[in-house]
Amino acid sequence: MYSEKVMDHFQNPRNVGEIENASGVGTVGNAKCGDIMRIYFDIDEDQVIRDVKFKTFGCGAAVATSSMATELVKGKTIYEALEVTNKAVMEALDGLPPVKVHCSLLAEEAIHAALWDYAQKNHIQIEGLEKPKSDISEEEEEEDY
Amino acid sequence: MDKKIIYLDHAATTATRPEVVEAMRPYFTEYYGNPSSVYDLGAKNKQVITRMRETIGNALGTAPENIYFTAGGTEADNWALVAAAEAYRGKGDHIITSKIEHHAILHTCEYLQKERGFDVTYVDVDENGIIKLDELKKAIRPTTILISVMFANNEIGTIQPIKEIGQIAREHGVLFHTDAVQAFGQLPISVDDMNIDMLSASGHKLNGPKGIGFLYIRKGVKIRSFIHGGAQERKRRAGTENVPGIVGMAKAVEIAVATMEERRAKEEALRDHLIQRVLAEVPYTRLNGSARHRLPNNVNFSFQFIEGESLLIMLDMAGICASSGSACTSGSLDPSHVLLAIGLPHEIAHGSLRLTLGEENTMEEIDYVVDKIKEIVARLRAMSPLYEDFMKNRK
Repeated sequence: MYSEKVMDHFQNPRNVGEIENASGVGTVGNAKCGDIMRIYFDIDEDQVIRDVKFKTFGCGAAVATSSMATELVKGKTIYEALEVTNKAVMEALDGLPPVKVHCSLLAEEAIHAALWDYAQKNHIQIEGLEKPKSDISEEEEEEDY
Repeated sequence: MDKKIIYLDHAATTATRPEVVEAMRPYFTEYYGNPSSVYDLGAKNKQVITRMRETIGNALGTAPENIYFTAGGTEADNWALVAAAEAYRGKGDHIITSKIEHHAILHTCEYLQKERGFDVTYVDVDENGIIKLDELKKAIRPTTILISVMFANNEIGTIQPIKEIGQIAREHGVLFHTDAVQAFGQLPISVDDMNIDMLSASGHKLNGPKGIGFLYIRKGVKIRSFIHGGAQERKRRAGTENVPGIVGMAKAVEIAVATMEERRAKEEALRDHLIQRVLAEVPYTRLNGSARHRLPNNVNFSFQFIEGESLLIMLDMAGICASSGSACTSGSLDPSHVLLAIGLPHEIAHGSLRLTLGEENTMEEIDYVVDKIKEIVARLRAMSPLYEDFMKNRK
């Protein structure tokens, strides 16, 4: 069901972990739907992403897209990182099954959320960056079961 | 351990026994005649089917003519519900079932509601997955025509108080159907003692072939055919009989009945060892379903902070076949309706793992599986933001 690249990133995820005192942290998704991604950025004074780490709760595709997203933004400026779309993540993974496309959207969203957090902390505006849609802290309402 | 597969998904399907395949083989190549034909090659197969019907009737404590072969458990469930609803519409339009039925029942009920105007009550279960009998009683109305409650649940293995449900149905003059796909061949069943009016079962869950099942219909229940055509199965189920399938299922049933006690003892020992080790060695884990009223071969855990599909892929890489109630494996965003019905929050339902045993499994396999589960759960938790938050909040 998954491509070899997806399986590789799922089995050997790159950049798993946390960054203490990160420049920006973004968490998207919610536990109710079964996917949560958290991305940590260490961004230097030239606005280059020096280091990136992630943690993900989710399916094989969620882990693989997070892993690939971190690879695609590492060493990039924040503006280059903003250009990394879900399509780019999917293409880099040689595609995803149709039901898993939302995982790649979540990965894009996680990058934006971490950039947003960085912008907030530094009181700057990043042109083209909108406030991320879903953060679990906002979405965690009581369950309706 | 490289290429070896440890199969722990017997509730999904089972291997067809070699004895069953042997019994079936001549009915493909030698005795291939159509049972409705006049000549011997065909007509003899009619007698063969009668003998097979006897074997299955005996397993349920009923006469052979009450057994009607179908193409599987799903067809039997569809038939029982739709045909009973039609036949008893004059009496009423209300059906009662439970929230934890298989989709073969739930989606048929939805069809009857949406397309045929029936009213369906879905009775709650308790935290162990046992139907609330007081709610069931309260749900019965003068217009209730049918109660359908599964014998044992396919996900969490909970065994329902079938005899009590049958009693309640009988007292209220309501038909009682049970989907026994998971229970038949594993538990002793007597349709008369348990007041069961209709019962669905499948061949491939008990080491028989796929594509064959049956519906038991008590004499006097006036449901008609669902598949229209020829006069097979006493005009109640058209279509040329699947003779090899019938022979195979009957052989599987014969063996399942003869070995039931021995298999039960063995599987329960494996099951309990598996449950005890995992609960003792993997923190933040719960057993889903009843500890006491449980199928001998069913184990269902929820591992907090992790997601089921990831777990399944990693188990698969270790050669272990299992299943999960996570949304990712159900093809929707919602996790298993069964796990939600027993009160699990979504995020815990997403982290479920079902392991269903068979007689060929060994203690060594179970120990290997537990070791792998420990390793994989730890690995997935190390990359879980939910676990990270939980550990930070603990400090």
